[in-house]
Amino acid sequence: MRIVVAVKYVPDIHAERGFADGRVVRSAEEGTLNELDENALEAALRIIESLPEDERAVSEIVAVTIAGPEADTAVRKAYQLGVDRGVRVSDDALAGSDYFGTARALAAAVRRLAEEAPVDLVITGMAALDGLGSVVPALLAAELGLGQLTLAARLEVADGEARITRELDGVTEELVAPLPAVVSVTDHANSPRFPNFKLIMAARSKTVEEWTLADLGLDPATVGAAGARTHVLAATPRPPRPDVELVVDKGEGGRALAEYLIRNELV
Amino acid sequence: MTEQTTPRTNRTVLVLLDTPATELRSSALELLTIARGLGRVEAVTLEAPSVPTLAQLSAYGVEIVLQAELPAAVRGGDDAHLSPVVAEALAAALRLRDADAVILSATFANKEAAARLAHLTGAGLVIDATSVTESAEPGPELADAPPAGSLVAGKRVFAGSWDTSCVVRTETAVFTVRPNSIVPEPAPVAVATEVEGFAVEVSELATVARSVSREVHERAVGGRPSLAEAAVVVAGGRGTDGDFGPVEDLADALGAAVGASRDAVYEGWFDEFVGQTGVTVAPRLYIGAGISGAPHHRGGMQASQVIVAVNSDPECPLFEISDFAVVGDLADVLPQAAQVIREHKG
Repeated sequence: MRIVVAVKYVPDIHAERGFADGRVVRSAEEGTLNELDENALEAALRIIESLPEDERAVSEIVAVTIAGPEADTAVRKAYQLGVDRGVRVSDDALAGSDYFGTARALAAAVRRLAEEAPVDLVITGMAALDGLGSVVPALLAAELGLGQLTLAARLEVADGEARITRELDGVTEELVAPLPAVVSVTDHANSPRFPNFKLIMAARSKTVEEWTLADLGLDPATVGAAGARTHVLAATPRPPRPDVELVVDKGEGGRALAEYLIRNELV
Repeated sequence: MTEQTTPRTNRTVLVLLDTPATELRSSALELLTIARGLGRVEAVTLEAPSVPTLAQLSAYGVEIVLQAELPAAVRGGDDAHLSPVVAEALAAALRLRDADAVILSATFANKEAAARLAHLTGAGLVIDATSVTESAEPGPELADAPPAGSLVAGKRVFAGSWDTSCVVRTETAVFTVRPNSIVPEPAPVAVATEVEGFAVEVSELATVARSVSREVHERAVGGRPSLAEAAVVVAGGRGTDGDFGPVEDLADALGAAVGASRDAVYEGWFDEFVGQTGVTVAPRLYIGAGISGAPHHRGGMQASQVIVAVNSDPECPLFEISDFAVVGDLADVLPQAAQVIREHKG
């Protein structure tokens, strides 16, 4: 079994985030592995761990990210959790990629890995906590021509098929696709493990393979800002909310709340 | 803010209808209103529209409803709902009508259909837009201003802390628009609405991942509005100690939807949580009771217009982003507020 997990380096959810020249500014010190990708890594690890010993020995989990060298922090975190191999696709031409550019680069990396040996599954998180678009997994499946099993709250792999259960927009569904398939998992799918000391130590000596667009045979004009179908025209921080009107309940707190709503025509 | 003006170009805009078989919800009427500001509006549906739906479309100025006719192998089954299938139907409608843009509501399923549609057609894509307008004359101060008449989407990002605008650089555009973005407005003059069938071929790839079971959770008739689309949301957290009675009481007094924090859902106290990976809401009024306001939760509600918090902890982080807050026991505060609101409403 060979599983590729797409991971993303994102600004810390607690840190200030902003824009410059129509692109998201991320500070290297504050970046981290997208928390939701830990669920994708956990799903991959559990599938491999459930295999018989002989199959497990020839299995591999590869973490792939599309980013600059600062993203090694995210790949290193994946190593600490137990992946076998980390790949970073880096190229100046990738800067400013939209959903399509990102999906194209990820798909090219998966295809290159599949040339080495068959890839059975591609797993991603449900969204990146910076963009929250949730569409790259669907685009990745379209690029690769594989079945899409997205937003899985439960994932089972057996008999050459992946089966998911998902709960979306008031609908519970069960979907099945033959392997290889692209799966995205939600934060309900599992509880990610904590890295253990042995793996943390081992991760230190692991290197992150670096691939360029040329390595993947991708035309720089089809990705990055050059290939982007949309462009950010303007980005402005919203004015801070005025100070909170605070009432301490001494028996009339509910009335005060209701009166605030009535006064502001919210009832 | 987004005044309805006569579109500059002779554009055709398609709107996907989510609930044509019953009646259109407010979110769909918002899409029709936004689309009308951009050009001629046509609706696309995968099911036969009901009589009430047709009446709504007529009032909103939609003359043509395009009803997808899927191949027998897909039609009527659960696979008709797969987002790659919906995308192929929309792509066929786009080509058939030589349309310029497609607008969908921002559900998870629709976001994927929008992405696959854009992938099929080479269209530019904006997810979770709050407005779609035409750019006016390019301003001299903007070096790379888009040509006049380009489509520009407004979008609120980073938990509602930044407003951005994105211009679409491709010939066709696909948008998903969040509920509660605008107030829906019928067309100045109602029109006659006709349904036209169109044939859709579904590729093998679209059903590689197939549906083996699908269960729709019916919303109770006359029940509360849906969390994602409600104009008012009352949510409860750990501070309820598992008793959602006061939260539901205030919600019903306000005609609001009920939500919960992720913790409360994990405890099994409620089924839907507001948060970055749960339901993202941006209502006119959000009331959080017994919710501390972890970053995860704030990411799912911070774009709300007015935020009210009730918590017994005076240091509750949700207070920091609130307009009005009560330090107190929600079991006392909420029922009293509900009572006063009911009296006010008479």
